[in-house]
Amino acid sequence: MTQATIVASATDFVRQKAALFSPGDVLRALGMPIVGILAFLFLWHIAAQNVATSLGTLPGPADVAHQAGNLWADYQEQQQRAAEFIAMQEERNAQILANNPDAEVRIRSFSGSVTFIDQILTSLGTVMAGFLLASLIAVPLGILVGLNRHLHQAVNPVIQVFKPVSPLAWLPIVTLVVSATYTVDDPMFSKAFITSMVTVSLCSLWPTLVNTIMGVNSVSQDLRNVSQVLRLPFLTHVWKVVLPSSIPMIFTGMRMSLGIAWMVLIAAEMLAQSPGLGKFVWDEFQNGSSESLGRIMVAVIVIGMIGLLLDRGMLFLQRLLSWDKSTATH
Amino acid sequence: MSSNKPHLELSSVSMQFPVKGGVFSALEDVNLKVTKGEFVSLIGHSGCGKSTVLNIIAGLLQASRGGCLLDGREVTEPGPERAVVFQNHSLMPWLTAFDNVELAVRQVFRKSMTKQERREWIAHNLELVHMGHAMDKRPDELSGGMRQRVGIARALAMQPKVLLMDEPFGALDALTRAHLQDSLMEIQRELNSTVVMITHDVDEAVLLSDRIVMMSNGPSATIGEVLPVPLERPRDRVALAECPDYNHCRQSVLRFLYEKQQKITPMPRQGEGQEAASGVDKRQKVLA
Ligand SMILES: Nc1ncnc2c1ncn2[C@@H]1O[C@H](COP(=O)(O)OP(=O)(O)O)[C@@H](O)[C@H]1O
Ligand SMILES: [Mg+2]
Repeated sequence: MTQATIVASATDFVRQKAALFSPGDVLRALGMPIVGILAFLFLWHIAAQNVATSLGTLPGPADVAHQAGNLWADYQEQQQRAAEFIAMQEERNAQILANNPDAEVRIRSFSGSVTFIDQILTSLGTVMAGFLLASLIAVPLGILVGLNRHLHQAVNPVIQVFKPVSPLAWLPIVTLVVSATYTVDDPMFSKAFITSMVTVSLCSLWPTLVNTIMGVNSVSQDLRNVSQVLRLPFLTHVWKVVLPSSIPMIFTGMRMSLGIAWMVLIAAEMLAQSPGLGKFVWDEFQNGSSESLGRIMVAVIVIGMIGLLLDRGMLFLQRLLSWDKSTATH
Repeated sequence: MSSNKPHLELSSVSMQFPVKGGVFSALEDVNLKVTKGEFVSLIGHSGCGKSTVLNIIAGLLQASRGGCLLDGREVTEPGPERAVVFQNHSLMPWLTAFDNVELAVRQVFRKSMTKQERREWIAHNLELVHMGHAMDKRPDELSGGMRQRVGIARALAMQPKVLLMDEPFGALDALTRAHLQDSLMEIQRELNSTVVMITHDVDEAVLLSDRIVMMSNGPSATIGEVLPVPLERPRDRVALAECPDYNHCRQSVLRFLYEKQQKITPMPRQGEGQEAASGVDKRQKVLA
């Protein structure tokens, strides 16, 4: 190679590199998803016009967008009324205090109607609580079971049987058990919340459990040998060798669990009539007004988007916590 | 070699592995005495049972019959006084070089050293293997030779009575291997540690060892011959190439391996033959 050809191939290389990130490519990378979404909206628009239901034709994208606006407006109106209600009380209290400085005053909280946004927040809270409970059970249990072959053999049939059970089957049992056992005076959480949370945990802990066991089983023999040669005490062995080694698998399981938890929660809320997005969908279905279908579709889209965000959130957490960045993709 | 009282002793060790449809007899009646400060190599064809012997000394495997004594006490479990350098470094991939050594040092010197002393000791050992500059790198940021250096530093930092090495340089290129061999000789001379090393490289065995233990082929492998290496230390690989004693030792080992313990390997197919001819020593190829 002469000097000239080296320089030529070097500039070639630079040009190729630059081409990788050219504006055209960026547009193409963003462009295709946009094209996909537009095509979907168009097909939906066409198809919806041709499906007649007892509540009128299926709403198209425009109707759904309109309903989304309505739901947002409802929420803002409620917020406004709540603010006014509080302000009114404060004003009245101020007057009472002006007349009689020793008077006892209170502010009652506003109990307006439950809006779509409230239901979203309820569902988010419940799914997080259920998922957290599931992880708190599944990860330590998975580590214990994964470390002991006999325990694994003993527990495996139980896992295999309960893993595929649908949330709808758990729900009656959980409801009855919670009603019977959760009998504290002045409870911090409602029974409906506890029931939904426990159901979500029961259904979603299996992937985390199974993956944690697999992760612990696949700790390399070499690393276990090192631990043995060092005579690491049990807890140090778990904390310093087993846990870091299986963290990529644990995260894979937790991501699957969170996905299941979100799906299960919506179904459980629908069935049990406990507050949340599921109840919103069910209420609209029962309501049967001309706006209901559109509202249900808004809920469906929101449920999907929240599911996506939860998954991305887990991925972010995995990138943050796991040493093995190569497993934390998509 | 300072005293003749055996420091490490294998007495009539046999090893049987349970396999499908019976037992596989890997070792039969292995006897070996190693004195303090001695450097012993185990050499033999692949699959003859070298790793099994080493793992029995390490306590990672229990002999079916016979046993291993260290300073007169029977070895029943692994422990830090018998540090192992594994073939494929076995570093925790999520820890830096420093932290990998620290895991071992904290375990061994938890009570006898302050935190500051431990830090200095870790740094000292990493510098011993010329890894002082890369203490904060994780294994995936290090080359194969550097990882192996960290593995050696971790073992040395445990101040073991016996250093056990299972083909420590097997996966490295010739130049890196030569560097590490020189480092190891230097360190061993300084610390006068007892070393049992498995190798499949005849030159490496002769260069490093006080004695070469040659194993017969399995099943029921045992020690065939033991060859003392009467070469002055410090040894210099370039000067040794001309030394008659060195070449005599080399020939004895080669004769044992290729005449007395000939390994019947299937004929290489065409593709493999080309690879063997491309500058790699064919004899080593068969051994590996
Ligand atoms: N856990 C085991 N179960 C059954 N056979 C084994 C086991 N470990 C080793 N062996 C057999 O014992 C023999 C010696 O193995 P090894 O000590 O690893 O050989 P080397 O290190 O010399 O290559 C081999 O034939 C191997 O297949
Ligand atoms: Mg081996």
